[in-house]
Amino acid sequence: MSYIIDRRLNAKKKSTVNRQRFLRRYKQHIKRAVEDAIHDRSISDIERGGEVTIPRRDISEPIFHHGKGGRNTRIYPGNKEFVTGDEFQRPQGGGGGGAGQGKAGNQGEGEDNFTFTISQDEFLDFMFEDLELPYLVRKQLKDATSFETRRAGFSTSGSPEKLHIVRSLRAAHARRIALGGEERKEIRELRKQLWELEALPVGEVPHEEIQALRDKIAELDKKARRLPFIDDFDLRYNNLIRVPLPSSKAVMFCVMDVSGSMTQTIKDIAKRFFILLYLFLQRNYKQIELVFVRHHTHAKEVDEQEFFYSRETGGTIVSSALQLSADIIDARYSPADWNIYVAQASDGDNWDGDSATCSDLLMKRILKKVQYFAYVEITTGPHQNLWYEYEQVHDAFPDEFAMQHITDAGEIYPVFRKLFEKRTEGAA
Amino acid sequence: MSGSKKRTPISTGSEWTFDLIEDYDREIGRIAKELGLDTYRNQIEVITSEQMMDAYASIGMPLNYSHWSFGKQFVETEQNYKRGRMGLAYEIVINSDPCIAYLMEENTITMQALVIAHACYGHNSFFKGNYLFQTWTDATAIIDYLLFAKNYISQCEERYGLDEVEQLLDSCHALMNYGVNRYKRPRPLTAAEERERQMAREEYIQRHLNDLWNTIPRKEVSEEEKVVRYPKEPEENLLYFIEKNAPLLEPWQREVIRIVRKIAQYFYPQKQTQVMNEGWATFWHYTLLHQLYDEGLVTDGFMMEFLHSHSSVVYQPPFDSPYFSGINPYTLGYNMFQDIRRICEHPTDEDREWFPDIAGSNWIETLDNAMRNYKDESFIMQYLSPRLMRELRLFAILDDAERPTLRVDAIHDEMGYRRLREELSAQYNLGNREPNIQVYNVNVRGDRSLTLRHYIHNGQPLGESTDEVLKHVHRLWGFDVQLESVTPKNELVQVYHCPPKEVSIELA
Repeated sequence: MSYIIDRRLNAKKKSTVNRQRFLRRYKQHIKRAVEDAIHDRSISDIERGGEVTIPRRDISEPIFHHGKGGRNTRIYPGNKEFVTGDEFQRPQGGGGGGAGQGKAGNQGEGEDNFTFTISQDEFLDFMFEDLELPYLVRKQLKDATSFETRRAGFSTSGSPEKLHIVRSLRAAHARRIALGGEERKEIRELRKQLWELEALPVGEVPHEEIQALRDKIAELDKKARRLPFIDDFDLRYNNLIRVPLPSSKAVMFCVMDVSGSMTQTIKDIAKRFFILLYLFLQRNYKQIELVFVRHHTHAKEVDEQEFFYSRETGGTIVSSALQLSADIIDARYSPADWNIYVAQASDGDNWDGDSATCSDLLMKRILKKVQYFAYVEITTGPHQNLWYEYEQVHDAFPDEFAMQHITDAGEIYPVFRKLFEKRTEGAA
Repeated sequence: MSGSKKRTPISTGSEWTFDLIEDYDREIGRIAKELGLDTYRNQIEVITSEQMMDAYASIGMPLNYSHWSFGKQFVETEQNYKRGRMGLAYEIVINSDPCIAYLMEENTITMQALVIAHACYGHNSFFKGNYLFQTWTDATAIIDYLLFAKNYISQCEERYGLDEVEQLLDSCHALMNYGVNRYKRPRPLTAAEERERQMAREEYIQRHLNDLWNTIPRKEVSEEEKVVRYPKEPEENLLYFIEKNAPLLEPWQREVIRIVRKIAQYFYPQKQTQVMNEGWATFWHYTLLHQLYDEGLVTDGFMMEFLHSHSSVVYQPPFDSPYFSGINPYTLGYNMFQDIRRICEHPTDEDREWFPDIAGSNWIETLDNAMRNYKDESFIMQYLSPRLMRELRLFAILDDAERPTLRVDAIHDEMGYRRLREELSAQYNLGNREPNIQVYNVNVRGDRSLTLRHYIHNGQPLGESTDEVLKHVHRLWGFDVQLESVTPKNELVQVYHCPPKEVSIELA
């Protein structure tokens, strides 16, 4: 008799653990592949999974085996014209009948690679590993949106579904003991007397007395029994309270220059930088607000769609964007409640008189309120006055202000990593 | 018994249902019993292709400990499967009692019936009957043991860290082929016992070790005491030797080595009976399904599909074909069993001369006897007939590194039959396929270094990964390790060291 079992609904991913072990072991290889992939890909598909290739030599598991040489006799099938004693040249390379016992594939000199795919999630995991928003502080919020329900002992009032039965019955029991104590004590006394009387020799038994005692006991008993088994007074309820959770609320300002001096390639690089940032934030911080600010001569707060995809150009006044950001911070994001981050990308080109205003704005209105301000300059040419202004800002606020320089798309990811590297000594 | 009472076929479509599987299993089981197949009970499990890949990755076992190499296996299988480079095997069958066989849900009912005949009755009866499996494995205990192993290793991971355990397992895996006893029957494994005795074992080994490594000088016996080697006789089971004697291992590390060793031992018979096992199962699916057909239980369409699949399984590409990758064990095994049946039923004069014992005997008994008492090596030696050698057009090529050319040493003719048979048999001798490496000596009194000896066979040197493997031996042993390649004349040809010896001598 055979048993037939449908196992199709059983856990499918039995090998997940082993797969993760494998990824863990070859982390370095995979990281490299992920970095390469980020360089090569266009904006839209950076989010997909990717192929990872590892030289087979690196993942082989060595065993003792025979090497080349010595005397070997092998049997082959399908003889056509050979007769005993025929001699012929060794086939060169991997051709002909040299393969042997079918295990040739893994050991030959042919250096083939081991290629496999990792999923989108794994891809992003590797991409953003060891990155974080610097100096993130947990802040208590007045308008806290998240609460946690916690147990807080028991209460004497509540809704029926919170009734705690054991506690209630225990209370009832206690009450019955407390209230019925007098009577029961008396009953015990009377019983003792009764037994004594009943134990007397037959002639001397005082029947009236006994009857009186019995009546008394019955009456007391009745009284004791009249105590209710359970009373409203006994009921106990689970007490649950709502505790507001301190949360690390954060807002990220993405400030991008879209002026005419930004060529298509520079815009592309800037967008890719922000997409990377966007993915990183979305992935690692569930509750983060994003403010997108675009500017040429005017700054404008836009939504995500417009930020990444619309085309608009004009002159360049960087301070307009900083001004707007500062206004938004004042209006909506009080530094007491929010961790504020700003990332700015530009080609460094600015209207001449404006750069000083920028550094002034930064130092006076912005940097004191934000946790971190990252400036990325994307240009192949020499630095212009904005960069030099910002260098002074950096000297004044080395912790809060970071600046990096990108010349081509290949540098986006390394620079991004540099800006958001995990710091060992956090300010939190 | 055919013809007169044609019955209605069990099924006519290609879709399978659980009821149909049950029907086929009942009928195939009935015929198998009539033909004398003795099997464990069957447990047929229907799984998805994804689960099949999972099963692949854990060397076909329903559960196993976690290790990256299984993940690598899985990733590779998945990748090949998704790209359509490879189909999944139709079945996996586990040598356990009850015998677990997997059916993939994507298959047609014909394929399911084929798998039932092949795995649930073919392989199953082989597991139960063959002497190697009976001697070396305990079908009832393996699942429990694997569970024990999985839990134990995950406990070790928690306690000592993933990396630590992973490295240890890497090293054990490198020596897995050298973790088997070839001649001694190991104690049967029962999981309950294992757990109970594990603690006692730990303590015992540690205490025993101290004796071995005792540094208190003994009474001087005599100055010119002969150098006694330890172990006195060379030990072929490297993992066993390390488990029992490595000076620095922790008790849990010894236990992990033991687990790997036990699992290697469990798979040892499978490696030695590949041709027989597959041949036997293929012979029986062929025979059983034909019987079904003769009884009118399956349709012509069913048979066409079955035969198509069967013939691709037993196809042997010739040596010069691009698809050639060695002799197909299914072809060789299947043909040999068919051939034995032919010799029993319709012997020729040649057969009578070569196989006087079995020519004309009862084929069922003869086959049963062959299945029970042989392994690949001896099976080929005993039963490969001249006729089959002619049919497969076998020939032997001698590749001697000292000669400039290859030589055809024997072909399928009167002169060559015996030679061919011997060579093919030797080809399946595990002892020839893997280098013969044994523990030769431990420098007990000095630096505790371990000396392994490689006994050269047919002048074949060790492969290029030897140094890598030695690193693993070194990790397990904890002190210097050297490996000497020795010719049959006892000449030292090459010595490997780990850690590598300094090369200053050559400069001098």
